[in-house]
Amino acid sequence: MNKQNFLAERTGSRCEPGRFFMSETILILNAPAIERALTRIAHEIAERNNVSADVVLVGIQRGGVQLAERLNGILTGIWGHAVPTGNLDVSMHRDDLDQRLTPNVHPTLIPFNINAKTVVLVDDVLFSGRTVRAALDSLIDFGRPHRIQLAVLIDRGHRELPVKADFVGKNVPTALTDNVRVQLKETGGNDEVFLEKK
Amino acid sequence: MSWHRKHLLDIESLTAEEITTVLDTARAFKAVGERAIKKVPALRGKTVVNLFVEPSTRTRISFELAAQRLTADVINFSAEASSFKKGETLKDTARNLEALNADIIVIRHSATGAPHFLSRFLNASVINAGDGAHEHPTQALLDTFTIREKKGKIAGLNVTILGDILYSRVARSNIWALLKLGARVTLCGPATLVPRVFEQMGCRVTYNVEEAIAQADIINLLRIQHERQRQSMFPSLGEYSSLFGLNRARLALTKPDALIMHPGPINRGVEIDSEVADCERSLILEQVTNGLAVRMAVLFLINGGKGPQEVATN
Repeated sequence: MNKQNFLAERTGSRCEPGRFFMSETILILNAPAIERALTRIAHEIAERNNVSADVVLVGIQRGGVQLAERLNGILTGIWGHAVPTGNLDVSMHRDDLDQRLTPNVHPTLIPFNINAKTVVLVDDVLFSGRTVRAALDSLIDFGRPHRIQLAVLIDRGHRELPVKADFVGKNVPTALTDNVRVQLKETGGNDEVFLEKK
Repeated sequence: MSWHRKHLLDIESLTAEEITTVLDTARAFKAVGERAIKKVPALRGKTVVNLFVEPSTRTRISFELAAQRLTADVINFSAEASSFKKGETLKDTARNLEALNADIIVIRHSATGAPHFLSRFLNASVINAGDGAHEHPTQALLDTFTIREKKGKIAGLNVTILGDILYSRVARSNIWALLKLGARVTLCGPATLVPRVFEQMGCRVTYNVEEAIAQADIINLLRIQHERQRQSMFPSLGEYSSLFGLNRARLALTKPDALIMHPGPINRGVEIDSEVADCERSLILEQVTNGLAVRMAVLFLINGGKGPQEVATN
């Protein structure tokens, strides 16, 4: 490897899976750890909600969609029936549309009634809380749930709104400038969560 | 996939990727229209002005409803009931609208390039809702959206545009969009209305209607634009109808899955027979539904297309 390539790799924001020699990128969850975290969250959801027929899952685009599907798989094993699972895009309800380029909008698909249900919102990373705020607004347009709960794989702190998760896979102390990158096998690559130091 | 444009002036300058971004975004907005609550707060506090210097019903209503469903405030401005009658220029009118803090100006004008002209001195975003015989970008976007939704793709399809091509901004915008997305475009109509010069854009031109529709996956019919024709370009509407109108006999010559489109307003019995317009292969009303979704997507993207830097300087 010549010097230029080496430097490019050292300073690159992305690293190859399995290469952790760079001080900038730290693996915080590997595949078994993600699996264990989701299993625990699923059991906590089951513990908190006695009537399984009242629970529905809604994954927030993009990162929450696959996690909601996986929680559905685990909960199906616990409850003996599948959980209605949808996905929600919050771009149209964001409060920062004036301060950024237009976000990509992905489909929202909630093919079931959420009235009087317990909706478990699922996202990959909880940060400022603004995505959750937008999701709450957006969800209310679909009906009036009995209750909304929040499940996240990573809580990295730095909340800007009074939002708190009900179910957390892992709490990760971060600096404001850090980036948490969740990578799932459904979207290519291995199940891994990285903390990228800037 | 990203959008960086402040204005939507034409299809000619868009890339295939930008067109696809609009179509993908429109899919999400179409779903909003199918909900019980058909409104999202994406343009809350913004003002959209419909500056329609040339008459329009469909497009104006579509833009108006699109803006309302995004929670924007909408002002409708038509030339008949305005200071245009008193001799105010387009530039002054637009400047006045901007002085009222309009964020997006949707303009229809009989002069080619009117939206481009406004975009050069306005801080507001400009959307072209039809300029003369030049372009009608949102119509092309909703047409390609409808085709993609029905056929699952655009690339490789045979699309025949039949009718008054010369005076049609819908035709020009559609040709650009379809060619950029990889469709094969055939133009057909009376020789006076379909000059060979369109071959330079990359289209096939034919004057044999049976041949033009035989292999078509999509047949897009265009209205005869009486208001734009300086002299009669063909002997009579009856002759046009018998030579180029889409009737049941001609429909039987098409592929069984060929679909019929028309940007409206339709002239029943001229370019299209009533029973063809109302048959199950006609997408005419779906185009109207999709037009709303596409215009919501365009307003949404344009609103964000300014990006953070420009907002900061305001």
